[in-house]
Amino acid sequence: MSLKIEARPQISRRVLYLTPLLAVALTVVAGFFIFLLMGHNPFAALYHFFISPLTSLYGLSELGVKAAPLIIIGVGLAIGFRANVWNIGAEGQLTVGAIAGGGVALAFWGETGFSILPLMCLAGLFGGMAYAAIPAFLKTRLGVNEILTSLMLTYVATLFLSMLVYGPWKDPDGFGFPQSRLFTEAALLPMILEGTRLHLGVVVAVLVAVAAWVVMTRTVIGFEIRVVGQAPAAAAYAGFDRNRMIWLCLLTSGGLAGLAGLFEIAGPIGQLIPALTPGYGFTAIIVAFLGRLHPLGIIASGLLMALSYIGGENAQVEVGLPQAVTGVFQGLLLFFLLASDFLTKYRVRLVSERPEVARA
Amino acid sequence: MNDTSRAAPPPRLELRGITKAFPGVLANDRVSFAVAEGEIHALLGENGAGKSTLVKIIYGVLHADEGAMLWQGEPVRVADPHAARGLGIGMVFQHFSLFEAMTVVENIALGVDDAGDMRTLARRIVEVSHAYGLPLDPAREVHTLSVGERQRIEIVRCLLQNPKLLIMDEPTSVLTPQEVERLFETLRQLAAEGCSILYISHKLNEIKALCDCATILRGGKVVATCDPKAETAKSMAQLMIGSEVRTVVRRAGERTGEPRLIVRNLDLPADGPFGTTLKDLSFEVRRGEIFGIAGVAGNGQTELFQALSGERLVASADMVHLDDRGVGRVGAGGRRRLGLCCVPEERNGHAAVPDMSLAENALLSGRQRKRLSASGFIRAGAARRFAEAVISAFDVRTPGASAAARSLSGGNLQKFVVGREVLQDPGILVASQPTWGVDAGAAVAIHEALLNLASAGAAVLVISQDLDELLTLTDRLAVINVGVLSGTLVTAEASLDEIGLLMGGLHGMDEHVPGPEGDVAHVA
Repeated sequence: MSLKIEARPQISRRVLYLTPLLAVALTVVAGFFIFLLMGHNPFAALYHFFISPLTSLYGLSELGVKAAPLIIIGVGLAIGFRANVWNIGAEGQLTVGAIAGGGVALAFWGETGFSILPLMCLAGLFGGMAYAAIPAFLKTRLGVNEILTSLMLTYVATLFLSMLVYGPWKDPDGFGFPQSRLFTEAALLPMILEGTRLHLGVVVAVLVAVAAWVVMTRTVIGFEIRVVGQAPAAAAYAGFDRNRMIWLCLLTSGGLAGLAGLFEIAGPIGQLIPALTPGYGFTAIIVAFLGRLHPLGIIASGLLMALSYIGGENAQVEVGLPQAVTGVFQGLLLFFLLASDFLTKYRVRLVSERPEVARA
Repeated sequence: MNDTSRAAPPPRLELRGITKAFPGVLANDRVSFAVAEGEIHALLGENGAGKSTLVKIIYGVLHADEGAMLWQGEPVRVADPHAARGLGIGMVFQHFSLFEAMTVVENIALGVDDAGDMRTLARRIVEVSHAYGLPLDPAREVHTLSVGERQRIEIVRCLLQNPKLLIMDEPTSVLTPQEVERLFETLRQLAAEGCSILYISHKLNEIKALCDCATILRGGKVVATCDPKAETAKSMAQLMIGSEVRTVVRRAGERTGEPRLIVRNLDLPADGPFGTTLKDLSFEVRRGEIFGIAGVAGNGQTELFQALSGERLVASADMVHLDDRGVGRVGAGGRRRLGLCCVPEERNGHAAVPDMSLAENALLSGRQRKRLSASGFIRAGAARRFAEAVISAFDVRTPGASAAARSLSGGNLQKFVVGREVLQDPGILVASQPTWGVDAGAAVAIHEALLNLASAGAAVLVISQDLDELLTLTDRLAVINVGVLSGTLVTAEASLDEIGLLMGGLHGMDEHVPGPEGDVAHVA
């Protein structure tokens, strides 16, 4: 008997959606041994990492708070990834969206009015779009790789934010801490569950995912995106304009990242600070792939990634695990997912060895 | 060789019961035959009959599941192409593996196991190429060479290793008739020197002219071994196809009307360093007419197709006219709305998206003319019904409209693609290589569809490298060579020689090409 690897005649849909579960299972198994080697009780560590955050209302609401930006950004990135447009700079677009929206909040600081928050949302959306327009312009006009430009612009954005909160936007009553004034009531997202941090952005995240699902499966634009990604020559044959797709994908993913950034500062944070997120813009790349670039899959993978953040913090408090464990888990998950992708294109079979007829 | 006291020498190559299965298909089913020393042996069969699989097994690219291979009477197991070359087997593939930006000698050095130093190699190339009538300049860069010259590189590469068996996979599909005749002389010379040749083709006239013996494959099995000179082309075709050969009936003297597609002084710069620049092309295709563009691959057919389909816009609107409307600046979608439908040469990835369903592929080009979308939303039901209509009208063998395009055989997918365009009732149809790599049944169905479309009043343009196809289908034709179009010929009055010479054009039979165009090609 021997193992034989064969190419599948076509990609198996069933396996495509099952492999993320396999990747999660393998991550848990690998985590078990990592905890064991670190000298912790692996059962307790896994319990505090994966189970205990889900046992309280507060834990569940935090899951939603952390998952919302991941889902909003992940859905936007997935649309681009489907069209082979690789926006790696969502973290930067998130930051610029937060700066734009935060600027509106600070400009109307202390004032009341129902128009302030919608204005902030628009500023966040357009801020992210404008920042993503830079790689789009460079790509369509000069053929510059958007992976490089979008990634490098991320560092420009975070440094720009630091400059603002260390300088002109620093809270005058903040004892010199590098942060803006706390936003006033009219500039904060309404909470949807009393006693938690669950804000309106969580609802928006779900709506964004559902809307993206409809666009990708039911509309001509979604069809264009998929064709451009799978077969560029066929897209040209059909009359789809590649540059238009690049603009569309970068503006969509940038705008959504900007909106997610705005939700962070108008929701859980409530002000501008130098480090807005624990890297949501980058984690959302994993979320997009783990969710198979499918908007509804991204809701599930966004929740899972959110759990890895909360579980990491929880395990830090309860079992004394180092903070780096969160990153290790996220890395393992992506690693196993990419490895198990092999199974969507190939199948492994046990075959009985046939006798060789002739040998030289 | 002069040991006459013993029995006849064992055949150079003998296959016994070679079987090879791929998921879902038995590519070779107990195939047995032998090739004698100095014999030119034809391996004949339709696309998908298992010829390519078989020669890949002989050359060590694939491994047989069962069966034995005997080399000069000794059982051998060929692990890889390196081992095959070690035995003395050389192969010229249908698709060349050459680096365009490198010179002839550099390319050959890469494919030869013990290349030695470049200067010696270059000298040997010149020696071998002259000994066999395959003139080749070792210092030329490959992208300046015609397809026929590129094939010579592959042949010389094999000859440098003094092969005892030379495998040629469909070598004439890229050659002009004159180049074919010249290649045959080389092969006869090689055979006379004792080299065996395994010649793969589905062109029966060539096999009759060249080969001593023919093994005919059908559905992976050997159905006959015969002497092609004693058979008729028709009898061999019947063995190959397995049923009575259907042929399309040429319409005689049908009237053609006003021009519907006019190309006037079309110029288009090359797309990238290895493309072809189109220079001042002019022709017109009339209502009810099938017009052919003949030519060897890589002479501007790709660029012409892109300029007509709207995938690349041309400098001025007047260069391409559809029904008296200048559309040179109109994109692919707009031209489709005006009645132009196209069948690209490449099925997978150009005419169809391999991983998408047939319904989605129906949407790809049928969206405008069949109204498969409404206010930005896909009409999924309408797309599915259109795909099903194509499937039933063109007898596409598939489980249904939700099957992925990739899962269809070449012939079936091509019938789907052609059907998808024809059922859109186009006023003008441009088809590039419409029957390339499809089985005979599908080819007849496609030809009939094109003839019917023309009879119904459409203007049909067929770009093809298959001269037989153009001679049976077209009313008039022109030949494209290095981006320049010949004058228009009336097909019924044109001779094969005349067309062949135009195909050879400036990249003629000789290595020293005079004339300004030739020099341009050299420095390009």
